Amino acid sequence: MSTTEIDRQWTTRLRKRVAGKLPPEKLLPDTQPTYVASWIYVFGVTTMAALGVVIVSGCLLAVRGPQWWHTSSVGHFVNSLHLWSVEIFFFAMVVHLWGKFFMAAWRGGRALTWMTGVVTFLTSVATAFTGYVSQTNFDSQWISTQAKDGINATGAGAFWNVLNTGQMLMWHIVLLPIAAVVLTALHVLLVRVKGVVPPFEKTTEVAQ
Amino acid sequence: MTSKAFRPDVDAPEWKGGHSPYDIIKEGVIAVVVVSILTILLAVAFGSPDDPQITVKSWSSNDPMDFAATALSELNNTSGSAQYGAPYNKASTGQQLGPLTLAKWVGARIPINTVNDFVVDPLKALPEQPVLSADLKQWSNASSSTRTGWVNNYTHAANKMKIVSGQLVVTATDAGPVPVMMADLLQMARTGALDQALVTQNGFYTMDYTLPLLFLADGTYLANIAQKQHLTGDQWGMMNETGNYPGQAWLWLYTFWYQVSPMNSSGNGDILVWGIMMVLSAGLLLIPFIPGLRSIPRKTRVYRLIWREHYRNTP
Repeated sequence: MSTTEIDRQWTTRLRKRVAGKLPPEKLLPDTQPTYVASWIYVFGVTTMAALGVVIVSGCLLAVRGPQWWHTSSVGHFVNSLHLWSVEIFFFAMVVHLWGKFFMAAWRGGRALTWMTGVVTFLTSVATAFTGYVSQTNFDSQWISTQAKDGINATGAGAFWNVLNTGQMLMWHIVLLPIAAVVLTALHVLLVRVKGVVPPFEKTTEVAQ
Repeated sequence: MTSKAFRPDVDAPEWKGGHSPYDIIKEGVIAVVVVSILTILLAVAFGSPDDPQITVKSWSSNDPMDFAATALSELNNTSGSAQYGAPYNKASTGQQLGPLTLAKWVGARIPINTVNDFVVDPLKALPEQPVLSADLKQWSNASSSTRTGWVNNYTHAANKMKIVSGQLVVTATDAGPVPVMMADLLQMARTGALDQALVTQNGFYTMDYTLPLLFLADGTYLANIAQKQHLTGDQWGMMNETGNYPGQAWLWLYTFWYQVSPMNSSGNGDILVWGIMMVLSAGLLLIPFIPGLRSIPRKTRVYRLIWREHYRNTP
């Protein structure tokens, strides 16, 4: 096989493209610009860490099935871990989002990074909602019967039935988590490719 | 050739300053450890709520009058479900966003007939009972207008509905089989058989609770419990959960719109709120491209706080 032929392979092209966009020193950096020095930067990695704890505690809940936690003290504790990791996840994510807003973090060709972050947030809201209606207790009965009116009013309720516990549970443990994890991975890769947005220049304030 | 003008809310200056050491793996590990410890502490300290589910059995036992009134509203087609419209039936247009009747356009894709699904079919599932079987046969063989006449006569007499020794008593004349059907439905509910009948209409295995949840929601028993648990719409509704737990606090903006006019009183409140949230979500997503909105960070100067060390060290 000639070198030209190898260079034209899809695999070769993809490898070169990935290596060009995201060399190892960008993917796993050992330095960062000096302006990355604020408590606000902690909330991005905190969000990801909480997502990890959410997934692990959710997997533990899945081992014994959706109703285990009602009858077992261990199961109830695992449910508590799941609940509080979700609360930490959203707290960190919202602070991260507002921090990035006030940094105008979309500047310098980072609009897609911002947009993947927003879509991840919205996907996470849907994921949490499906969890709340899958609890198989009074909360899930009340929340689902209340939420149905809003979703039905959009027409989506005909396909996405919040009163169908099986459908909601599958969305909660399979489809939406996959979407959230893929979106998070894409978001982080974009951050690594584009880098952390630099501060506004001092002259910008005067010029504008 | 002229260079493109620098737009401060779109473009970012190239960083020509220094770099400092950064151990991304160490940072990630520390974050996981700290979040794990915090999660465990919160779980140990506060636990999580788990108020038991409401069943049709507990509803009909604790509040038989509400159950009977709700069952009658299913039979005479006046319940919330009977009058809902899409996706359950065609009884009403449903909510509208201006000229848009989105739910109606999609249609009744989860068809529910409250008379059959909540009353007649569950009764048919009961083991052979001579009186009830004869009454159900009479119901099946009657014309639509005859059935309507029976139900109307019963509904008229139901103003004096009462429970005597656990039995539903309504003194109705010319109500055909309706008194027996209603009385037996209450008894069926109180044994727990109605809970099963409502979820097994599609077969042995089921995870679809649409029917029992709609039935429960048509009554006032569920809502009264929710009211005590600060969960109703005017109490910021479903963003809360039972007990003193934070619930879905991130839904505050969605729930907020239900507290203000006209959404808090309009028959189209839900679709109005969804319309607002769709526009706001699209705005959040597209901020980088919206002049004015994307300038807010630069003009509010909050970034001076975030990068205060950088600005302090930059001449």
